[in-house]
Amino acid sequence: MRKILPRLLFSSLFVLGAQALLPAATQAAANQQFFPLATYRVGAYASSGIPVWAGMIDYLRYINEVEGGINGVKLVWQECETEWTAEKGIECYERFKNGLDGAPVAIYSPNGAPAAYALADKAEADKIPLITLGYGRTEATDGRVFPYNFPVMLTFYSEASAFINYVAEREGGFDKLKGKKIATVYHDSAYGRETQGPLALLAQKYGFENIQIPVADPGNEQAAQWRQVRQVKPDWVFLRTWGVSTPVAIKTAARFGFPVDRIVGDIWASSNEDVLPAGEAGKGYLALTPYPGGAEFDIHRRIRQYILDTGKSDLKDPKSFGSVYYNSGLVNAAIAVEAIRTGQKKFGNRPLNGEEGRWGLEHLDLNDARLKEIGYLGLMQPLKLSCSDHEGGGAAKVQQWDGQQWKLITDWVQADRATLRPLIDAKAAEYAKEKGVTARDCAPQ
Amino acid sequence: MTSPVATLNASFDEAPLTLVRRRWQPGLLVLLLVAFVGLPWLGNDYWLNAILIPFLVLSLAGLGLNLLTGYTGQTSVGAAGFMAVGAFATYGLLLRVPGLPLPLALIGGGVIAGLVGLVFGIPSSRIKGFYLMVTTLAAQFFLEWVFAKFPWFYNYASSGTISAPRLELFGYNLGTPVGRYLLTLSCVVLLTWVAVNLVRSQVGRNWMAIRDMDTAAAVIGIPVERYKRMAFAVSSFYLGIAGALWAFAYLGTASASSFDINRSFQILFIIIIGGMGSIAGSFIGAAFISLTPILLSHAGLWLFNGNVDGGQLQNLQKVLFGGLIIWFLIREPEGLVRLLGDLRERIKAWPLRF
Repeated sequence: MRKILPRLLFSSLFVLGAQALLPAATQAAANQQFFPLATYRVGAYASSGIPVWAGMIDYLRYINEVEGGINGVKLVWQECETEWTAEKGIECYERFKNGLDGAPVAIYSPNGAPAAYALADKAEADKIPLITLGYGRTEATDGRVFPYNFPVMLTFYSEASAFINYVAEREGGFDKLKGKKIATVYHDSAYGRETQGPLALLAQKYGFENIQIPVADPGNEQAAQWRQVRQVKPDWVFLRTWGVSTPVAIKTAARFGFPVDRIVGDIWASSNEDVLPAGEAGKGYLALTPYPGGAEFDIHRRIRQYILDTGKSDLKDPKSFGSVYYNSGLVNAAIAVEAIRTGQKKFGNRPLNGEEGRWGLEHLDLNDARLKEIGYLGLMQPLKLSCSDHEGGGAAKVQQWDGQQWKLITDWVQADRATLRPLIDAKAAEYAKEKGVTARDCAPQ
Repeated sequence: MTSPVATLNASFDEAPLTLVRRRWQPGLLVLLLVAFVGLPWLGNDYWLNAILIPFLVLSLAGLGLNLLTGYTGQTSVGAAGFMAVGAFATYGLLLRVPGLPLPLALIGGGVIAGLVGLVFGIPSSRIKGFYLMVTTLAAQFFLEWVFAKFPWFYNYASSGTISAPRLELFGYNLGTPVGRYLLTLSCVVLLTWVAVNLVRSQVGRNWMAIRDMDTAAAVIGIPVERYKRMAFAVSSFYLGIAGALWAFAYLGTASASSFDINRSFQILFIIIIGGMGSIAGSFIGAAFISLTPILLSHAGLWLFNGNVDGGQLQNLQKVLFGGLIIWFLIREPEGLVRLLGDLRERIKAWPLRF
């Protein structure tokens, strides 16, 4: 003890001394809106992250420099590295939640499932809305139980339903689904298992055979799974892998002679990075996405003109311009910007805080006319959020890889959200019971 | 002619009658006062949530592993697996035993982790060294798989994650940052006190005898196998409580992947860098591992804000952090605790040369 204590004291002094070193160094002023960017530029998922941040930053820069901010309120942003982990995600959130030199935070994107789960309760206590685009807690769709969580546009449940609806479209109607075999090859993790519930429900409703085939992490050897697929001979395969397991799945499917144009990848198996390593085998591969690839949308024209060609883009590799991940960054940033714009209609043209940001999100209504104005028509689905519905859209487009790039082959395929909603409500109610949360009343506005 | 019998020329009059006299030291009191009163009063959410709570939990985990690896000499790379057991067991107890108070659930989680540790410690009676390390690696992967595979453990949640139930103690809400900090701090202080006394007791001395040479320990009559298994159980108890605190007091949520092999390595690095077989070393190592990256990140922002590409800056910090670890280990392979100890001796002797 005699030796330990001075050392302990010394170490804690060292820790405290560190605080003096921590600076608050940025030059933000009042009348600015802070956009915290929790990024991952190092670690296992950096290659997918980097184009996303480029998309976000390019759009924010475009708003600032071309449109003069959101109704005159300029945006400031700062990055914080999360390495896609929960711990660093919390550190970044705590660093950012009080704003930046007086510029408040209206909306926070945790950018990573572990951080999103860890922040759900904290953000609620701090009254800062979280946007999780294409990931996160599905039951947070129920805004009555999760007032500050927004799994906008497409949850995993809607994704499963959109997939089934696309299959029905291809087969020629829902009545044709009866007796069909639909296999799901999934990454054996929380993410991969998330669609089991909705698919079981839909199988019951439409009478198709629901086959679930897990792939253990990381999934760089899948011969056993695809041998099983060959035995079962499914009509369609829903591929819910991610990272390295996607190209491996495509290649192994080709090796076992399963037609690649009968495989539909999910959101996290739908980027250029997923198919490029598969090479020739990926030609004809289908994928669902709420933010399709392509650089021909109106917003790309604007960003190319003002940001990319003037050398202000955050992209290091211009080839990624218009890639699926880059476009997801554009979409994520646009939702946040439009929510703040909506909030400003009520609270005035000034920077908003988290509570006001939530009001903006819950009253967000991006119809086709508005999407056309901001240049997102076709890239983004109409999105209308409300107090009880934090997901909104629930549609995806199907794109096909032609060996060089993604070609869109459908318009928005809408999920059957009404069928799935009771499942979501039940999960949300269970959560509310476990945590002792009382659901909000959404009726009077 | 001199006597053939060697004589000691010092007298025995001043030989101490008691070995160590322990008193309440003012330094300890000040430290505890600062930790229990000063920091919650001064600290903001950032300090409590992002710095102090993870530091304390990692210290506790390091302490747990240090009892096994540093004091008993049984290398383990399964630390995170036992943390997962603690977290999932505590969650299960809180969920399925209505009315169970939080401290009992925590202890229960620790005890269950300890029992699991006891089971995985059985191979230690036959094998040692690298071979034992491989069995702990198996424990790590097995436990991680169990908590991902069987939905019962996470109450059939669709996402496979568990989230903290309401943290309450005698009607007082511990869900606030200060509440969670005080909960963590109390656990850490209590368990550190137990550990300090444990390693000084006969149990600890037997552990160290086994560490230094288990054949010799067996020869002088220490039941080696029993003490090795006991070290596994006690270490897993500590790790289990650390895991529960990590899940509920810090993250607020956890899944099997929160306790993957990287977490095990992180804890092993804490004790290697901090100092094997030293309780203070666990704290110093945890401080180094958890705080240095944050410090570097702030320093990076402060020095190059906006002028250097974000990705390069992040990679630079990684390089710097790795470089620091290598430098410290070359300077002092026995860990930071030794380095700081030497520094202290040097300051004591100043201005004379050490």
